[in-house]
Amino acid sequence: MSTRRVDFNSSVKGDQNGKKSHIPNKKRVKQIQQMEDDYEDALESAQKAEILLTEEQGFVEAEGMERTWKFKQDDIVKNVDISTAAKHFELKLKDYGPYTIDYSRNGRDLLIGGKKGHVASFDWRLGRLHTELHLGETVNAVKYLQNNQMFAVAQKKYVYIYDHEGTEIHKLSQHLDPTLLEFLPYHYLLVSAGKSGWIKYHDISTGEMVSQIRTKLGPTVSMRQNPWNAVIHAGHSNGQVTLWSPSMSTPLVKIQACNGPVRSLAVNRDGRYMAALGADKTLKIWDIRKFEELGSYRAPTQGNTVDISDTGLVSVGWGPHVTVWKDVFKFHQSDPYMSHLLPGSQVQTTRFVPFEDILGVGHNNGFSSLIIPGAGESNFDALEINPYETTKMRREGEVRMLMNKLKPDMISLDPNNIGTVDKRKPQERLNAREAAQREIEEKEKEEKSENFEQYIRPDSAPKDSALRKFKKKQRKNMITERSMRIEKAYEKENELRRQKEELENKIQQKKDELESAFDRFK
Amino acid sequence: MKIKTISRSSDSYVPVSNARESALPRNLNPELHPFERAREYTRALNATKLERVFAQPFVGTLGDGHRDGVYAFAKNFSSVNKVATASGDGIIKYWDITSRSETYSYKAHYGMCSGLIVTPNQKSMLSCGVDKTIKLWEISNDSDYNQNYNYTLNSDNSISNKGLLKTYLADFSLMSLDHHQSDDLFITAGLEINLWDINRNKPLSNLSWGADNITCVKFNKTETSIFASTGSDNSVILYDIRTNSPTQKIKTSMRNNSISWNPMEAYIFATANEDQNSYLWDMRYMDKSLNVFKGHVNAVMDIDFSPTGKEIVTGSYDKTLRIFDSNKGHSRDVYHTKRMQRIFITKFSMDSKYIFSGSDDGNIRIWRSHANERSGPKSSKKRSKEEYDEKLKERYADMPEIRRISRHRHLPGYIKTADHIKTEETQSLKRREDNRRNHSTPGSVPYIPERSKPVVGRVHKQ
Repeated sequence: MSTRRVDFNSSVKGDQNGKKSHIPNKKRVKQIQQMEDDYEDALESAQKAEILLTEEQGFVEAEGMERTWKFKQDDIVKNVDISTAAKHFELKLKDYGPYTIDYSRNGRDLLIGGKKGHVASFDWRLGRLHTELHLGETVNAVKYLQNNQMFAVAQKKYVYIYDHEGTEIHKLSQHLDPTLLEFLPYHYLLVSAGKSGWIKYHDISTGEMVSQIRTKLGPTVSMRQNPWNAVIHAGHSNGQVTLWSPSMSTPLVKIQACNGPVRSLAVNRDGRYMAALGADKTLKIWDIRKFEELGSYRAPTQGNTVDISDTGLVSVGWGPHVTVWKDVFKFHQSDPYMSHLLPGSQVQTTRFVPFEDILGVGHNNGFSSLIIPGAGESNFDALEINPYETTKMRREGEVRMLMNKLKPDMISLDPNNIGTVDKRKPQERLNAREAAQREIEEKEKEEKSENFEQYIRPDSAPKDSALRKFKKKQRKNMITERSMRIEKAYEKENELRRQKEELENKIQQKKDELESAFDRFK
Repeated sequence: MKIKTISRSSDSYVPVSNARESALPRNLNPELHPFERAREYTRALNATKLERVFAQPFVGTLGDGHRDGVYAFAKNFSSVNKVATASGDGIIKYWDITSRSETYSYKAHYGMCSGLIVTPNQKSMLSCGVDKTIKLWEISNDSDYNQNYNYTLNSDNSISNKGLLKTYLADFSLMSLDHHQSDDLFITAGLEINLWDINRNKPLSNLSWGADNITCVKFNKTETSIFASTGSDNSVILYDIRTNSPTQKIKTSMRNNSISWNPMEAYIFATANEDQNSYLWDMRYMDKSLNVFKGHVNAVMDIDFSPTGKEIVTGSYDKTLRIFDSNKGHSRDVYHTKRMQRIFITKFSMDSKYIFSGSDDGNIRIWRSHANERSGPKSSKKRSKEEYDEKLKERYADMPEIRRISRHRHLPGYIKTADHIKTEETQSLKRREDNRRNHSTPGSVPYIPERSKPVVGRVHKQ
């Protein structure tokens, strides 16, 4: 915004100094001025509207020798009001665990799916059961669709869609071996991934398969959406996280996030930070605007699940433990914010409840609802997502969402790209796919011209190697074609250097075996 | 331990009864509103599509129309629901728009009735014809439908059946007439331009300046003593009745068929030209036109400003109507129907929401000036939705898809063909001019702006 204003001001000031403005039309200048004023007024009134926010965010503070992470849930329950205390509960479901869970977008309903085929959807605050199913088949993932009226279940072989009464309404047989499900609410896209190594986008409003992408990285281990730009983050067994959009057959970005398989992923609400849980027992925090690692936390054992709340709390489930971290995007933390132990169980999934200070934990022995003060966004926007909506509001909202459904092509790293001015000439403008194609071609051409072979200099000291400098300059952990080429050239240089050294030290080199085969013709 | 958690009371968010509206708290934090731009764009796109879906410009016709083509039309400047029309067989009709029925119908002239006007006192109509007569007719606005209007002018309330009040005799057949805004004066045009007093039998003066035949005269409604005329010698002449003389004259390359004064800016007027364009003029600077309205593929027969002066409607011999923004060169919308013949008359209604067109086929058609707009009471919700949609459309107007959808109009085949031929012609002329320019001494073939092209010459009366 600031650059825009400065730009415009300079043009107007130019007028006052007697120079000619770059906008020749007086009427247009006035129009632009009007637009700027409107914009400023809107900003100001939006700031003023903050006074109208009625609810306050939750918190917990330690006094004296206390530490927040030592507080037990029992202590917290004693100290909070009755209505919050009632939200702490446990479901003991030993037979069908471990449980994977999902909350509806407004946080009112909870969907749990036991590995051994138990699926239940219920209003968790009122304890009102919508439906309970025993599928008799492995359940890998569960996901609410646009509201609590429908949900998708990734079963042993296919994805199925059930309605709120538990009637099977669709079998999505194109989704084979799914283990992970995501739903992009503004695009009405159900995304599945799993053992097949394909990411499939299915439009649930029209029933059409929008896009199927082969990751070429083996089974997808973990997957989450970036709620800010609807880009899908997929974690793979080689520690890479790839970012996908349905309109591109290649990943938008590849990040070497962890050293082992990426067990779980989470992206925060404004799409700036990603938490990746590796099988190498680390939790990595990434800045996904700069593609930079911000921090790394080690756990004694492998983690299973990670989630980020609306306010930026990070919950990690590892073994029987659940730990919640605060402010990890700002500083390196030495102690967690809260922790909880589920004795004799293994945590499968943790999910923060939208607009509540509650963390839901699905584990081997059932489900637990934990109170985490300060986890939820206290002031909801009723015209966006309303936890207190009536049936009528829900229906109207659904129609509105359908009317404003975004096209799958609109998914890109920068969601505000649309409506901006493309400064290229009209004949140079391309659609996203063509542009990407061309970009790749251009990059290849550039790389071809950047021949790293020419930098190979085995006669110089290894420290002075130009390739080594290139390698250092590369961003850490980012695998690009360029970095691979550098790596290759560097290895070749080292090999040549070693050979040279051996030659100098008069070590007999191995003879080519083919040579001996031709000896008989001598 | 100091602890606080979110604990909303559902009482404050869930309404007590179904009749109550529930509280809708807002939070303008952008993080709660992802894809703001994309969603806004989608909404704008939907609004544009819906606009085209609901674009039904044609409302209906007035009664059974005329037996012959409609060649004259008079607005009642004090009443929204009254108009008068005159046709080629000399019949004039006074219409009530609300019921779309005729209030009066007179056989006024032998042969064509070429000019018609409702006098400002609303008690009478003036008509002129090719039979060299001008006739004054009595009318009354009294009907069941105008109960809400001001009756002071018609306080006697007697239903008129007398008809003809007075006949004026001219020396030649007449082409046009117009009444002064406030005084009892009117002008007629034919071979000469005459100024008449409504109470006298002979014209007060003759204001002719050159032309063989004058086709159209129009009083300025704001600067009331000024009027303009168009003539068969391709001229546009301005007159002042205070000095009782013409003031200036320009000649255009082709004949002008009609004039309309801007109701808000007294010195601006527009002319409909035979060269398929319409032109906007400033009477102070007549050496070039202010704007050129292009789009028709045949002669423009009539032009009219909307009461706000922001829009212009033109009717053409190519059987289409076009609506222009007065500061843009291309039409905002184009209307046509299968059965409508060559258009001779187009006028905005006094509330600018409707457009009347009179054509060769004798029908007077009513059109919406905004094709997708519907009249009738609207809830505040609907109004605010419409306003929001308008703003969105304006904001994203330049996005390619939105522009394509909002600009797309279905046109009859003959218009398309004619348009294609016209483009070819203009391009070939342009090519020829470029060639001439390239092969002659630099500067000898100057570039002439499109706006000064129509002006051939300009004279001031000394």
